[in-house]
Amino acid sequence: MNNKLILNSKLLSKIIIYAVFLLSYALPHQVFAKDKEEAGDEKKFNVKEIIFEHISDSHSWHIFGKLSIPLPIILYTDRGIEVFSSDKIINSEEGKEAIYKGSHYSYKINGNKIVALDASGKEDLRASGKLLDFSITKNVASMWLAILILLLIFFKVASSYSKNKGKAPKGLQSLIEPLIVFVRDDVAIPNIGIKYARYMPLLLTVFFFILINNLLGLVPIFPGGYNLTGNIAVTLTLSVIALIVVNFSVNKYYWKHIFAPDIPLWLYIIMVPVEMIGIISRPFALMIRLFANITAGHIIVLSLVSLIFIFNTLWISPISVLFVVFMDVIELLVAFLQAYIFTMLMSLFIGMAVEEHHH
Amino acid sequence: MELVKPEIGLIFWTSLSFLILLFILGKFAWKPILGALTERELFIEDSLNKAEAAKEEMESLVKKNDDLLKQARAERDLILQEAKKIKDQMIADAKLTAAKEGARMIEQAKLEINNQKAIAMADIKNQVSTLSLDIAEKVLRKQFEDHKKQEELVGELLKEVTLN
Repeated sequence: MNNKLILNSKLLSKIIIYAVFLLSYALPHQVFAKDKEEAGDEKKFNVKEIIFEHISDSHSWHIFGKLSIPLPIILYTDRGIEVFSSDKIINSEEGKEAIYKGSHYSYKINGNKIVALDASGKEDLRASGKLLDFSITKNVASMWLAILILLLIFFKVASSYSKNKGKAPKGLQSLIEPLIVFVRDDVAIPNIGIKYARYMPLLLTVFFFILINNLLGLVPIFPGGYNLTGNIAVTLTLSVIALIVVNFSVNKYYWKHIFAPDIPLWLYIIMVPVEMIGIISRPFALMIRLFANITAGHIIVLSLVSLIFIFNTLWISPISVLFVVFMDVIELLVAFLQAYIFTMLMSLFIGMAVEEHHH
Repeated sequence: MELVKPEIGLIFWTSLSFLILLFILGKFAWKPILGALTERELFIEDSLNKAEAAKEEMESLVKKNDDLLKQARAERDLILQEAKKIKDQMIADAKLTAAKEGARMIEQAKLEINNQKAIAMADIKNQVSTLSLDIAEKVLRKQFEDHKKQEELVGELLKEVTLN
């Protein structure tokens, strides 16, 4: 007990020393920065722009400072497919527009969007409208990284299941097993019932895919910190998969419930459209819920960090850091919670579709 | 509003990647993992059931033993009781037989005694008669010289004597 206290006080004094050191280093900088701003060299700090840049997709993979990995750009134009590296059109220096002259059109990046240019250098609206962007963006690349991690984890776990067959789980296996058992016993079985086994692979994949991307999204440094599960395209894809799976596993009771429910005939005018909207609205809710939760979490954390830059003083940083840590802990919970809720609702909808009615 | 506008590229790559992930994990991870889990759970459940069955069997065995012991005790008591009864019976029988035998023997002895007495009496009668004859002979010989007359007289006298 005494030893621990001494250790803690030692650690505390160290932290204080470092903090003071950092502050003394930072403060003159602030003054310098202010000077610069007054001189008009520094661009005004735009919170909205910074935050949106962080939570939206990007054509280059930012590491730190000015260092970033260029990613391949794949465009489907009305004249054919174009493939080139993103560093051709992303300008590293401010104020200079980079234009890549491809084999079909010339391209430049407008915000996050790639537009086609005609021969005169103006935007070709017709070609831009038909342009489909299949680029390997930051989100795609980080998703692949997450998938790689998932594969590594689960191949390892699967091999340890065959290695210590019939024995108690060990190592990584004992970390993952409760999650798998949780998905099976607390998500799939109560919601789907006896037909749960067919949907287990899908539910487990969805759960761990969302979970690992949520968690990697919380890591502030490269290669984490992306916002994949907070991207509407990703949640849309997952919801569409849920929609397809639910509607392909329905039985006749499900359709009877929608088109011929046991209610007075005049209520059909209201109930049938409502039920038909329900088919779409359930996965739609899945899509919005995951997207909004994760994006909101990222926005809050980024806003709290941005406080330092908004107030333009390091003195606000203790409060900012404290809140960020608090939010990160909550986000950690949300990462699990959203993966759980998505999987749970998905199995609930599947359960509604495969349910046998006994009237 | 770019935030809520899904991009076709990301949708495409996500669908493709997710489906591939689903396929690979389904084939190489979920199947063996869930299989192993189910197998282990079944094994544990089976073992628990077996343990329960063994316990029940043990209990029933103990109960059986107890019953057996109780039964054996009851049987022993019964046998002892029976034996006592038989013993009592035997003693009573023996007593009865002995009494009967005794009575019979006494009866026989009495009969024998009576017989012997009768024989003895007859013998005594003979001897008495012989003796009296001898005595009478001697007396009469002394008194009667004439043998013939004497013997005739004695014979007549003897005829008159009736034995009791």
